[in-house]
Amino acid sequence: MPGQSEGPAEDTFPKLLRRNARIFAERTAMREKDLGIWQTWTWTDVLERVCALAAGFAELGVARGDRVAIIGDNRPRLYWSICAVQMLGAIPVPVYQEAVAPEMAFVLRHAEATVAVVENQEQVDKVLEILGAGAGIRHIVYDDARGLKDCRERGVVSLDSIENAGRAVLQRDDGRALWLEREIDRGGGGDISVILYTSGTTDRPKGVVLTNSGTIWAAHAAKLFDRLTEDEEVLAYLPMAWIGDHMFSYAQWLVIGYCVNCPESRDTVVENRREIGPTYVFAPPRVYENLLTLTMVRMQDASWLKRTMFAYFLGVARRCGEAILDGRPVALVDRLRYRLGSILVYGPLKGRYGLSRIRVGYTAGEAIGPEIFSFYRSLGLNLKQLYGQTEAAVYITNQPDGEIFPDTVGRPLPGIEVRIDETGEVHYRSPGIFREYFNNSEATAASKTTDGWVRSGDAGLIDQHGHLKIIDRFKDVGRLANGSLFPPKYIENKLKFFPNIKEAVAFGDGRDYVACFINIDLIAVGSWAERNGVVYGSYQELAADPRVYDMIKDHVAQVNRELAAEPRVAACQIRRFLVLPKELDADDGEVTRTSKVRRAFVCERYAPLIEALYDSGCRHRQIRIGVTFEDGRKGLLEGEVQIAEMPEGLAEGALREAAE
Amino acid sequence: MSNRLLAVERVSLAFGGVQVIRDVSFDILEGEIRAIIGPNGAGKTSMLNLISGLYHPQRGAIVLKGIRYDRLRPRVAATNGVARTFQNIALFKGMTTLDNIMSGRILKMHANFLCQLVHYGPARAEEIRHRQFVEKIIDFLEIQHIRKVVVGRLPYGLQKRVELGRALAAEPDLLLLDEPMAGMNLEEKEDMSRFILDLNAQFGTTIALIEHDMRVVMDLSSRIVVLDHGEKIADGTPEQVRANQAVIDSYLGVAR
Repeated sequence: MPGQSEGPAEDTFPKLLRRNARIFAERTAMREKDLGIWQTWTWTDVLERVCALAAGFAELGVARGDRVAIIGDNRPRLYWSICAVQMLGAIPVPVYQEAVAPEMAFVLRHAEATVAVVENQEQVDKVLEILGAGAGIRHIVYDDARGLKDCRERGVVSLDSIENAGRAVLQRDDGRALWLEREIDRGGGGDISVILYTSGTTDRPKGVVLTNSGTIWAAHAAKLFDRLTEDEEVLAYLPMAWIGDHMFSYAQWLVIGYCVNCPESRDTVVENRREIGPTYVFAPPRVYENLLTLTMVRMQDASWLKRTMFAYFLGVARRCGEAILDGRPVALVDRLRYRLGSILVYGPLKGRYGLSRIRVGYTAGEAIGPEIFSFYRSLGLNLKQLYGQTEAAVYITNQPDGEIFPDTVGRPLPGIEVRIDETGEVHYRSPGIFREYFNNSEATAASKTTDGWVRSGDAGLIDQHGHLKIIDRFKDVGRLANGSLFPPKYIENKLKFFPNIKEAVAFGDGRDYVACFINIDLIAVGSWAERNGVVYGSYQELAADPRVYDMIKDHVAQVNRELAAEPRVAACQIRRFLVLPKELDADDGEVTRTSKVRRAFVCERYAPLIEALYDSGCRHRQIRIGVTFEDGRKGLLEGEVQIAEMPEGLAEGALREAAE
Repeated sequence: MSNRLLAVERVSLAFGGVQVIRDVSFDILEGEIRAIIGPNGAGKTSMLNLISGLYHPQRGAIVLKGIRYDRLRPRVAATNGVARTFQNIALFKGMTTLDNIMSGRILKMHANFLCQLVHYGPARAEEIRHRQFVEKIIDFLEIQHIRKVVVGRLPYGLQKRVELGRALAAEPDLLLLDEPMAGMNLEEKEDMSRFILDLNAQFGTTIALIEHDMRVVMDLSSRIVVLDHGEKIADGTPEQVRANQAVIDSYLGVAR
């Protein structure tokens, strides 16, 4: 195996847990806030609990090779269940807990799961609903008994009873304990450790099969890269079915032996992050975007003095913050100003969001707007980008400390090879890559070459520093009718930097000009409306307000000016846009569970609106679309959508300027 | 057959010349969800006020846990396990969620005033015990995220939930809810319904509620009393009440 030979001797996760219980013993392995108090478990505790769970699952009939679905928020016992399942040589399949029943049904059926370990009654009900649809689930095991006391459905049991039964068996029968030890020993690096279903921006989810050795290799490579130690504190708050969470809250937890903290509930994440002060953070860009939006909105409501101070020191940070972070030379005056700013603004701001202790922070999952990225870095946060995929067990390239360029995603980690093929697609190869797509040899063949390279599906290039630069999804990059390059995400990201814009979808492939859909951010625009006396009764009404349109128009004009300054994309200035009357929503299938826009689906669903964008005579268009409410009911949204036109003169003028 | 937790016996109530309740009798059995419905001005809230001891009837009596009271005092009702919420939220707006719910434990605090003042000895141990109980309520109602938020800043639906939390802090045997869903959106109503059902199922709390949303009433309650102009016009299971002609007439209106 190329790369690190000094990786852990243990080749499976249960063996790593056993090792941690030996070498870290009484150190804290996990915390969860429950009833207002942080509960802690040491590595010894965790091993005991996981063994009891494993013995319990064995009593339930879980055997080597079985698939066990794990569905719920980040609860300690769900993580332990993953390990318990692995102890028996069975395969955990974490499933997005927010998935609606048909979506979940597809995954459960495709993975042929026989047991589902779920968090609470909501998930039990969902799985029971699916059972009627003929998924092969024999047992549903729930963690939280609330509302399930009187549940008499066959095959529904509590995780408590499983754990207690397992513990009783282990205590009663030494042979059984010995058997479990041997089961752990039987596991090997080549075994499947987990199947993770990718959310799929294009079609049905695919089950990515990862092996013990691959996942452990990747976890270890990243440990060396950022010199991570067992002293790190991590907050587990992202979906367990996402590779990012699986790597940070599970694989690296066991490989490195740091402490993972589970928040009290989904609504308390910001507060809990502040209490814990994590040192190692992983979040998709939208988490950072939301924090920034929240800050900007709150600052607008702050007193004059605070606002002035905030604006001044933010200016200082913008000028020299990143240089100081990267250790580049900075004038003494600026250094002093920055120091003062740290005391008055940056420190409290970071403290407010629990970011004060961050040593290494990553953003991944999607491209982050360079402005947002620079904002956090200028405050002194060591925020870095990485480029990863489920198929690679996250890691492909990371930004090394001191070599941060907002528009690149860094270098390949040692042991990972990256190449750009003749069409411009990024390929990679490493010991960490997936084995196959579960029960989908066609997709596997399409994505893996015979000599072990994986096609990423992203278009990119390697710049003069040896850093990888991702342009867009390979199949999304298009050309305007006049032949100039059209990278939609590049344009959308520029728009999304404005706190008022939550999501944008740009069109232009094969067209004469670029046009786009805008989704306003309800928090930011709502606060703006309150301050400016704009009265609205619903999202739809607010989105259609002419003053909102004027505001968005200013933002688009700003983006156009930026685009005009870049020769490569100068032709991509936005000519017409509209503000969508509803938020793009995962329940309607418009974005994935990880909030990525499903472009093809959106195109199809809003075809009349796109047509209107390219019909120069059209000023407004009536639409009717189905919507799914939070409780799963369907409804119909009707209304008229205005089409806004950017001032022709400016766009033309800027274009000519750029061309000259 | 379940025990009678409370009975209203031939009660009449008048304010000056206005007869609010006229000769009404019904009972509440242990462990049931009992609804009181009726058009506006039917005397529903007055009835809850009678049961919780805020009003005293001119005629008739309230029988609580087998003891007959002609004049039931609020404190006696409270110490006998009756807790309630109000139609127009009556929380301490300037205090946090946590403190509001803690205030519901007031009757269960026994340490003397001086100890409480310096937060020492038994008072301290007692407060920790109460806090533990309150945390269970916070967990039950899923309001962890607003634990330390001042109640006046919360949206209406959450304030209602906090008020329910405060009533629960008294560990009531009989919980009186005055329009728990009024002014809520659909999602908040569903949440509240789930809490009421869970309360009843998990802790066996007996609940009497006033509610206007007929769908909610029909789904939640085991038995329903219907009042109209201060008189009882029907009493029975949701099916019986739904089929009752007098009820249909009073809700839809008939030419008299």
